[in-house]
Amino acid sequence: MDIVVCIKRVPATDTAIKIAADGKSIETSGVTFEMNAYDEFALEQARLLKEQLGEATVTAITIGPKEAQKEMRGTLARGADKAVLLTTEHWVYDGASTAEALSTWIKANPAQIVLCGKQATDADNNQMASNLAARLGYGCVTEVSKLELAEGTFTAERDIEGAREVVTCKTPAVISCNKGLNEPKPANLKSIMAAKKKPLEEMPAELPDAAMEVVSLELPPPRAEGKIIGEGADAVPALIELLRNEAKAI
Amino acid sequence: MSNIIVIAEVREGSLKRPSLEAVTAAQQLAKGSGGHVVAVACGHDLDAAAGELAASGANKVVTIEGATFAHYSGDAYAKAVAEQVRTHDGAAVLMAHTAMGKDLLPRVSALLETGVITDVVDVTCDDGVFGAKKPVFAGKATLTVKATKSPFCATVRPNNFAVASGGDGAEIAKVDAPSGDLLSVVKEIIAAGGDKTPLQEAKVVVSGGRGLKEPENFKIIEELAAAFGPGVAAVGASRAVVDAGWRPHSEQVGQTGKVVSPPLYFAIGISGAIQHLAGMRTARTIVAINKDADAPIFKVADYGIVGDAFEIVPALTKAIQEVVASN
Repeated sequence: MDIVVCIKRVPATDTAIKIAADGKSIETSGVTFEMNAYDEFALEQARLLKEQLGEATVTAITIGPKEAQKEMRGTLARGADKAVLLTTEHWVYDGASTAEALSTWIKANPAQIVLCGKQATDADNNQMASNLAARLGYGCVTEVSKLELAEGTFTAERDIEGAREVVTCKTPAVISCNKGLNEPKPANLKSIMAAKKKPLEEMPAELPDAAMEVVSLELPPPRAEGKIIGEGADAVPALIELLRNEAKAI
Repeated sequence: MSNIIVIAEVREGSLKRPSLEAVTAAQQLAKGSGGHVVAVACGHDLDAAAGELAASGANKVVTIEGATFAHYSGDAYAKAVAEQVRTHDGAAVLMAHTAMGKDLLPRVSALLETGVITDVVDVTCDDGVFGAKKPVFAGKATLTVKATKSPFCATVRPNNFAVASGGDGAEIAKVDAPSGDLLSVVKEIIAAGGDKTPLQEAKVVVSGGRGLKEPENFKIIEELAAAFGPGVAAVGASRAVVDAGWRPHSEQVGQTGKVVSPPLYFAIGISGAIQHLAGMRTARTIVAINKDADAPIFKVADYGIVGDAFEIVPALTKAIQEVVASN
């Protein structure tokens, strides 16, 4: 079975965002990049599926700058057999372009299961899985936190508002992975060494014209300076008073 | 081509409130585009939901009904909705940013060979050009985009637009759901126990963190949330306590959890890591309770109380109960 895992290189989640001089992107100097946190669950799930199936090829793919070689080498150390880096020098904020470029590659290299993180923590778009699935004509379940694979089909569970949903889906399919699906393990020294011998292909991404254009990227207006209204339970009546009459929140 | 399509979400027969907020966003766009608002709903036995939509101020309601649509199927719903967008000359398509909206609208947008922007907090239509604002990096920055392909598709963050009301009864058209193969279908919905208010739709969010010391102590958080009465407040949690296994991930507020913007947010025993602040800084009023007066959470809190949560929270719960009883 062929399994594809879609990866994105994003600023670390503890990054304090600064806006670049163009007013349309972030200042990247001094920023630490890492693999998108949700992609960890997708990559680990690919490894687990390969273990379960006995025979499978796991290909990790990304669209990003050349520097993403580091993250892609990392996927090889954590279970991917092969990595593909489709290079671009621009921050791709337009999910439709990414989905189109990924679908072009997957159509040429068909997979039964395509895994991705439920969203990337930069654009927070949460759209890749179903967008990609529609272009491929595949089934899709998003934000999955439990997965059971069978022959030609699978059952998945996902959180919805105030409940859990159990979904059955045919393969081939795209599955987006949420926290809770598995517990990703860090690579060990042996697998890091082995990763150096695995193939990492690099080619320019074929991105179509974007469906959206960035007008601006701004920092949100700062909140008014907070105030401490008191100490201990004695401050509760003052809080109630403020919530009622000043904030009109209760 | 100037009509605005709203995909309404119906689960187990009932229309979800964020869909009515999306109708308001659609009305805002229709003013700019000069078109009508058409609400489209998929499901089975949609009379009640269609009636609510017809009274919401939408100009037309289309229901796609049938046994095959009784349970959500992303691929089947998307095909049917995309067809209605074409039939009604949709210039823009909106849906609430819910579990279903995030799943369905990207699929619809791909079938319509256009783009989609998700989780938007504002939408615009100036001189026929559609645009939107959305938080990125979990709210650490705001991205403004304009659409360069048509139709413009966006999911709208809950709790950002008023619930639409005051329509005078729009025309309702029924379309039969197609029969045929579904690639995916919902088999079962397991309620989370009790009548839990969804975190992102709650009017009040009460979150707890490491400062509560033990998972059992979340009882005081749950009691404070319950004090607001049924259906008002939801319990949230910091990443630290979710990673420690005290609380489920579905309650996590922050960059790798949920981003919430309720009218009132309580951060209790939460120091305020950048990760957490990203998930709640757009709440209208923030209250923080923490024993460390230097905790970063106090920088964003409108009202802070320094001290022992185990003394303060029960007193607060009692006071809120009294306020709720007297309202």
